[in-house]
Amino acid sequence: MSAPSVPSSVPPSTPAKETPPPAGPPERSIAARISSGAAGGVLRVFLILVALLWVTPTVGLLASSFRDPTDIAASGWWEVFSKPAQLTTESYASLFENDDVTSALVNTVWITVPATLLVVLVGAMAGYAFAWMDFKGRDWWFVLVVALLVVPVQVALIPLSELFGTLGIFGDIIGVVLFHVGFGLPFAIFLLRNFFAEIPRELLEAARLDGAGETRLFATVILPLGAPAIASLGIFQFLWVWNDMLVALVFSDSQSQPLTVALQAQTRQFGGNIEILAPGAFISMVIPLAVFFAFQRQFVSGVMAGAVK
Amino acid sequence: MAGGPAGPVPPAGKRKSVMGTRPWVAGLFLLPALVLLGALVVYPIGYSAWRSLFDADGSGFVGLDNYGEVFTNDATLTAVKNTAIWVAVAPALVTALGLIFAVLTERVRWGTAFKLIVFMPMAISMLAAGIIFRLVYEQNPDQGVANAVVVGVHDAFADSSVYPNARPSQVSDLKASGGGAFTSRGTVSAGTPALLPLVGIAPNKLPDDPADAKAPTAKAEAGRISGTVWLDFKLGGGGEKGAVDAGEKALKGIKVEAVRDGKVVASASTGAEGTFTLPKSADGAQLRLPAANFAAPYNGIEWLGPTLVTPAIIGAYAWMWAGFAMVLIAAGLAGVDRNLLEAARVDGANEWQVFRRVTVPLLAPVLVVVLVTLMINVMKIFDLVYIIAPQPTQDDATVLALIMYNASFGGGGNFGLGSALGIILLLLVLPVMFVNIRRLRRERQR
Repeated sequence: MSAPSVPSSVPPSTPAKETPPPAGPPERSIAARISSGAAGGVLRVFLILVALLWVTPTVGLLASSFRDPTDIAASGWWEVFSKPAQLTTESYASLFENDDVTSALVNTVWITVPATLLVVLVGAMAGYAFAWMDFKGRDWWFVLVVALLVVPVQVALIPLSELFGTLGIFGDIIGVVLFHVGFGLPFAIFLLRNFFAEIPRELLEAARLDGAGETRLFATVILPLGAPAIASLGIFQFLWVWNDMLVALVFSDSQSQPLTVALQAQTRQFGGNIEILAPGAFISMVIPLAVFFAFQRQFVSGVMAGAVK
Repeated sequence: MAGGPAGPVPPAGKRKSVMGTRPWVAGLFLLPALVLLGALVVYPIGYSAWRSLFDADGSGFVGLDNYGEVFTNDATLTAVKNTAIWVAVAPALVTALGLIFAVLTERVRWGTAFKLIVFMPMAISMLAAGIIFRLVYEQNPDQGVANAVVVGVHDAFADSSVYPNARPSQVSDLKASGGGAFTSRGTVSAGTPALLPLVGIAPNKLPDDPADAKAPTAKAEAGRISGTVWLDFKLGGGGEKGAVDAGEKALKGIKVEAVRDGKVVASASTGAEGTFTLPKSADGAQLRLPAANFAAPYNGIEWLGPTLVTPAIIGAYAWMWAGFAMVLIAAGLAGVDRNLLEAARVDGANEWQVFRRVTVPLLAPVLVVVLVTLMINVMKIFDLVYIIAPQPTQDDATVLALIMYNASFGGGGNFGLGSALGIILLLLVLPVMFVNIRRLRRERQR
């Protein structure tokens, strides 16, 4: 894990010439050990600075969300560290009294949950078919699904806005959900098919010998054994939809808009709306961050797998 | 990892289905997915391609004119240029950061905690990240942390003036002499105290609780010239203009130069009581208060102004995605054979050489995957630009996806141009689509 010495790439103050260890027994000279100790210090300081750099923006938002609008206008958020008395939950209280925001929060849930469940269910059915069923043109169909993996959502905004308009669901939550299902499916099918195909054949055959039909096989063997992949997919899709702004910006109206759309409307007058934006943005982050910390492993694999979208 | 660079696909080609499924059962399992994909993804591609050949409201056939407009119209050309900048800069920057972090965190015990911190922004929405960075980039150094740091550093190295907007009072001999400086018309001589009254600042706005001004002592010390710079204004009125009255405040730290024939022959700064003393050599010179005394305070960098707005947003993007690159590269690094690195060290390579000649080449496949994934991602960047770029500079920061949205939904109403932009975005990712399919085919033949 820990390599003995430090690359001279980042800490510039490292003595450039690190004496190469003598070719014989790997006993390092005292000078090398000292220089490596100093470099280790530089490395640690560098990484701590980077970590600080990475948390500071989020801390700024969090601190701002717990301050008075007048305090925000008068001084920087870092003042809360010297004057903790400034902290107040007023912004949150008034945010939750704002009907636009609370109904947007509810809408976010009503969009995200069905869009996630549908993608998982429909994707798992198709993934199962692609992994374990024989039908004509199976490989050809799967190639088509893989081809659709990288289609940008932008290409469907105009056609689906017209189609949904014709169907009378433009501006409705159903339209937003449908859009996310369509664009979530290629990745879902791809991921689940690959995972299901790894399930040992013997397990399926044994179940089949017990007289299980397709539906029972699917429900009692595939879904339980595919749970890890389903969890990763579910988390990825959930976050994807929860965090989406563009699709909802086009397909929702003032009644059906999720939190992201409600908040973006406030960014036009950024300075004046910071007491709505800061707590609002933080509320929109709470669920994703909770998912992140609760399911780190599935989260990472899900995000890694789906990042291409 | 899937998607663009498809992960390992288990061979399926010749495998028989376990159960000899009847075709209609397979059809039932597939039907929902195929219907949804057909209606929501495949059909829109075809419709967009067709619609892009028609004008704004779809009534007239215009051929490829919409595509021509993308590459001739100034607004869309800016978007093309900015998207090119994004694709050229952001993936390389993010991958480099990820590589550095992945290699360095291997060497500390709390590497996992570090990774957690850097990866965290991947969880939040681009909207939230956009709001976070709007706050970071706020112009006012008392609001935006970026400018607070910049101004702090700047002021630590350069003296900042404390009296912006101050100016000589009416009765003063000082007159503006260009560039913000003020020069006396008359000359000074030893024994005559120089009075330099200023106005234009509220006494309660003076920094550091200033002392009362003190009139210079008329008695010349060995031919030296003395004088006072003070705020010739008394709260509540009263006092004689041009004279140092009791209770009028001193202006500390003002630079006074003695100028003769355009050359500075001596200079001094006022003390706590506003008084200054110039050496004998200044006798007969004019007095000048240089512009530095009155310069507006340094206000930091205009992050979201027309020139820096795109780099600033790319910075926010790097903050979001460096964790992604880092985790993928770290996974690749875990698979690198340590003996190869050790062998290079034994051969006398220093750490930089090991990194440059062994580690990076071994990681090349992962680096390509990361780069390609980020490129696809960056081509479609929308939310960050939409949220961070303020209205006045949004046109300077615009990208293809943003102009696509604006042209079709954000007031433009031009579905012809919008469709063409959508198709262009699709064409941009087409090479990756083919790579995915080829990879799939290859894996299957194995």
